[in-house]
Amino acid sequence: MIRKLLIANRGEISCRVMKTAQRMGIRTVAVYSDADSDALHVKMADEAVHIGGAPSKDSYLRAEHIIEVAKRLGVDAIHPGYGFLSENARFCRLCEQNDIIFVGPPVGAIEAMGSKSAAKQIMEKAGVPLVPGYHGDDQSVETLRSSAQSMGYPVLLKAAAGGGGKGMRQVWSDDEFDAALDAAKREAQSSFGDDIMLVEKYLTQPRHVEIQVFCDQHGNGVYLFERDCSVQRRHQKVIEEAPAPGMTEQLRSAMGEAALKAAQAINYVGAGTVEFLLDSDGQFYFMEMNTRLQVEHPVTEMITGVDLVEWQLRVASKEPLPLQQSELKLHGHAFEARVYAEDPDNDFLPATGHLRLLRPPLENRHVRVDTGVLEGDDVSVYYDPMIAKLVVWDEDRTKALARLAKALTEYHIDGVTTNVNFLYNLATTPAFMDAQLSTNFITEHEAAIFHRDASEHNGLLPVAALYLLLDQQNKVPQQQDDRFSPWQQHNAWRANEQHVQSLTLRLNDDDFDLRVKRLDNGYSIDYQNQTFVCHGELSGNSLIANVDGHRSEFVVVEHESGHSLFAPGEALRFTRVMPDLGLDDDTGHDAGFTAPMNGTVVALAVEPGQMVDKDQTLMIMEAMKMEHALKAPSRGKVTEFFYQPGDLVDGGAELLAFEADQGASS
Amino acid sequence: MPRILSKINPKSQEFADNQAHMAAQVQDLNDLVATIKLGGGEKANARHESRGKLLPRDRINALLDEGSPFLELSQLAAWNVYEDYVPAAGVIAGIGRVSGVECMIVANDATVKGGTYYPLTVKKHLRAQTIAEQNNLPCIYLVDSGGANLPRQDDVFPDKDHFGRIFFNQANLSANNIPQIAVVMGSCTAGGAYVPAMADESIIVRNQGTIFLGGPPLVKAATGEVVSAEDLGGGDVHCRTSGVVDHLANNDHHALQLARDAVARLNRTKPLFLDVVEPKPPAYPIEDIYGVIPKDPRQPYDVREIIARIVDGSEFDEFKALYGTTLVCGFARIHGYPVGIVANNGILFSESAQKGAHFIELCAQRKIPLVFLQNITGFMVGKQYEAGGIAKHGAKMVTAVACAKVPKFTVLIGGSFGAGNYGMCGRAYDPRFLFMWPNARISVMGGEQAAGVLAQVKRDQKERAGESWSADEEAAFKQPVIDTYEEQGHPYYASARLWDDGVIDPADTRYVLGLSLSVALNKPIEETRFGVFRM
Repeated sequence: MIRKLLIANRGEISCRVMKTAQRMGIRTVAVYSDADSDALHVKMADEAVHIGGAPSKDSYLRAEHIIEVAKRLGVDAIHPGYGFLSENARFCRLCEQNDIIFVGPPVGAIEAMGSKSAAKQIMEKAGVPLVPGYHGDDQSVETLRSSAQSMGYPVLLKAAAGGGGKGMRQVWSDDEFDAALDAAKREAQSSFGDDIMLVEKYLTQPRHVEIQVFCDQHGNGVYLFERDCSVQRRHQKVIEEAPAPGMTEQLRSAMGEAALKAAQAINYVGAGTVEFLLDSDGQFYFMEMNTRLQVEHPVTEMITGVDLVEWQLRVASKEPLPLQQSELKLHGHAFEARVYAEDPDNDFLPATGHLRLLRPPLENRHVRVDTGVLEGDDVSVYYDPMIAKLVVWDEDRTKALARLAKALTEYHIDGVTTNVNFLYNLATTPAFMDAQLSTNFITEHEAAIFHRDASEHNGLLPVAALYLLLDQQNKVPQQQDDRFSPWQQHNAWRANEQHVQSLTLRLNDDDFDLRVKRLDNGYSIDYQNQTFVCHGELSGNSLIANVDGHRSEFVVVEHESGHSLFAPGEALRFTRVMPDLGLDDDTGHDAGFTAPMNGTVVALAVEPGQMVDKDQTLMIMEAMKMEHALKAPSRGKVTEFFYQPGDLVDGGAELLAFEADQGASS
Repeated sequence: MPRILSKINPKSQEFADNQAHMAAQVQDLNDLVATIKLGGGEKANARHESRGKLLPRDRINALLDEGSPFLELSQLAAWNVYEDYVPAAGVIAGIGRVSGVECMIVANDATVKGGTYYPLTVKKHLRAQTIAEQNNLPCIYLVDSGGANLPRQDDVFPDKDHFGRIFFNQANLSANNIPQIAVVMGSCTAGGAYVPAMADESIIVRNQGTIFLGGPPLVKAATGEVVSAEDLGGGDVHCRTSGVVDHLANNDHHALQLARDAVARLNRTKPLFLDVVEPKPPAYPIEDIYGVIPKDPRQPYDVREIIARIVDGSEFDEFKALYGTTLVCGFARIHGYPVGIVANNGILFSESAQKGAHFIELCAQRKIPLVFLQNITGFMVGKQYEAGGIAKHGAKMVTAVACAKVPKFTVLIGGSFGAGNYGMCGRAYDPRFLFMWPNARISVMGGEQAAGVLAQVKRDQKERAGESWSADEEAAFKQPVIDTYEEQGHPYYASARLWDDGVIDPADTRYVLGLSLSVALNKPIEETRFGVFRM
């Protein structure tokens, strides 16, 4: 029986676990770092304990310290969530040693699956099909490279200890191998403290289909069907769904049985996920087993009606599984879209910032939002930049997808760049609607997903202009006493003339010169040969705009650098281009090498003064566990590095000085 | 308050004819103003803009608060007066909101004869300063002028109300805490140099504005020194060395922003001492004024039809409605401000004049602004009326108008002839603003009457000399007089000479009066002391 549960995690998963625990009458304890003192998970918990500094290694990864806190507070059990210590065998063992229930599998299972290469050897013995690959202990570059050559490119380099796409690289040819190995190892080392790599054959059109398994401490095991997580970018899942489209009963039970076999091979207990690559010919290969609750577990919950966290807590309390395989029924279809602070237009570079506006769609029996942040919170550099998981359910895939698209149009976030528009574009791409899934989906359908261009925003041009005009009107200085003054009518009245106001608007990065005339009720806005007749109302962030008789509602947020306009299905930035006051005349300098975000300098790739070629890497920066290379814009040399490896840098900081070779043509 | 019930039928043919007639006049006015607004013409404008300078009207647009109205004054100044083409007299003047404060803006138009001052340029500039003084409006001078127009120096330089008066006014306005802000956006030579030099705060655009008593050519002629305009009197010199200017701007937009900032820190408030209520529009469409004014100016109509289309809710509380009925007096509101309205509804008789005097006294006592709607052919003449003392009764009204210290606003909605002009607060009686409608006519008497008087005198001479004068000869004699009166009585002729503050679209009357009333309230209303009324 668990009476008091500590959740050794943060963010949405911490909140998610607490929700169920609290429903079950279990007292919850949250832990938090300096960066999270006001976070939602801290507010939700019955008790919360500060455990250290913002970097994970100073707080959420401090296994001993967390155990100490748990003991001090009389905690019966620790739920590790996902990430952080969830698959850390040492932590699991520490729990055991201190008589604290670890809500997860036994140490042995974690250890067995913790090393991907070891896991594969176990699975091979258990008769679970495997992708050809090298999982050996000899980690010399030569061995790794020759194994790649023998299985044939493309291959995938993976950190044996890895997960979540960290420490992973696709290699398409022998030339790329060494550089990719270096990067993968470096990432693996910094993410997992271990740089052992394995090499696998890279299937070109595979789907990522995983089976949710659940085992109790009495030898029972069930599978809760599959999830299709094929749509990925940089090996990180973007949209997951259950069940997998096109799945037959036969294949489902074959994969389910194989997954259970894998779990039983390591005496698994609790919630686990067995990931398979499903090839177009219906062959499936074991990839890895995640010995924890997955990020995407809600889609399984939506189609089975099972609360997986509840099952975890019951199983941890030695209860038998609440349902047997024959009692598990699959009902309807569910999607999960991961809402991230990241910039899809800039290679999904993680973004940080202040959540000035956070308006998720309304939750109901079809729509579920799992989040760990509130409006006004910061998305910091320290942790995974996921803002929320948007989960929808309906009777079939088509209906569920329509709900997903609609819910995404109702998701308004401002203050940080997010992937919401990207998710919407993805969810409405015909190939996705047709379920033509593969792990290369985003690359293959790039054109369809990133299809928005400036001309498509023209429809929002009058809306943005109308906002500025109405906002202007609201900001007219008021005279306290002469409060009905006709001078305050904001009509730009002129004697014997219709006044035409010039207004330059920047939508995303394009400038539009507009000419505005005041009408008795509203405005007439001219752009090139088009005329828009508009009127509307603005109260707070909410804009009701009527453009040429079409009335719609929008959300507009003002911030230092302009405005964000949220329209159904898209969001765009716009600003009023103000006249040049000549204030920047003295500050012009060469386009700088600035840090794209807060992060750490990993390596200087060249020597100062050394002549480099165009596109040669000059410096490597790491932020949010991702590496970013700064490249030479032309032939030239670095004259000075302003930071050294290990230095923390703020986003926007000047990193180095570069001098282009005068003779070089760019 | 009782509402005026309109008796006009907007469906009638007469209404449609009237409307078309007025619409044509308004169109003509708009066309003329559109021409004038082009300033020195496309070539001159292009040359001006190619130097990185904004056109004067764009400067004003950038200076004003977004969406602020601009009550431009005397757009037709100097129209068809000089042989030279000097649209708007080369200077744009008007009132607009800057940083929430109503300001008088005077902007030279360098595309028009280099922005030099013609006699009417001086008159327009001085009129703007007078309005600023009477209404307590901060002045912003956007200077871009070559100074006095040298060929016309005798009409520009020496007299009391000539160029020097501009600086006299600047000093005295400043003394009355009416801020004087100068933005030097071009030349400021010789006398013109005193505009920034005498300003409370001044701003200059770097590499563009210059200030010097003598320009490089004069310096070279006088002392042989060779110096560039920028080195002689540019922004850097005056901001860093001479101290003639306070703020250095990078460009026109920057300078105008600095001017806005300067106004924002003036610490001005506008306390109201009037009973103001929320405005409501008239019960009848304002545009219907077009159809109300008869096409034939000799045809009478009820002026209450105009009042009904100008005042809030068409509500009009008439004073002495049954007495002296050719003058309509009463209380109403315009844009929420209380006003007393004095409007002609026929020729002035003794009773109407006495009623008018009484009503003006009431408004002065109660500090209610007065609006005069002039449509007057004059006071009644004839033995009976002279014997009845119409001269002294008219004098009472003139005295009352002359002495009343409440803000007065005059609109010439029809004829403005003879002593009627005085009693109805003509230009000489210092209304805060005086506007004309395109159909209005102003002269000492009507053209027909004047021709008739002159013809009578001529006939008397001829008859004394025993000569005969045929009807044809008389008609030929009268016609040039009638033509001259028609030309000189026309609003364009009047406005070109600044006998008014502008010709306005009748449909804008309510709004223009509202703006003017609000402007006037920047100055507290003084106590009135009347002169001796002849009883």
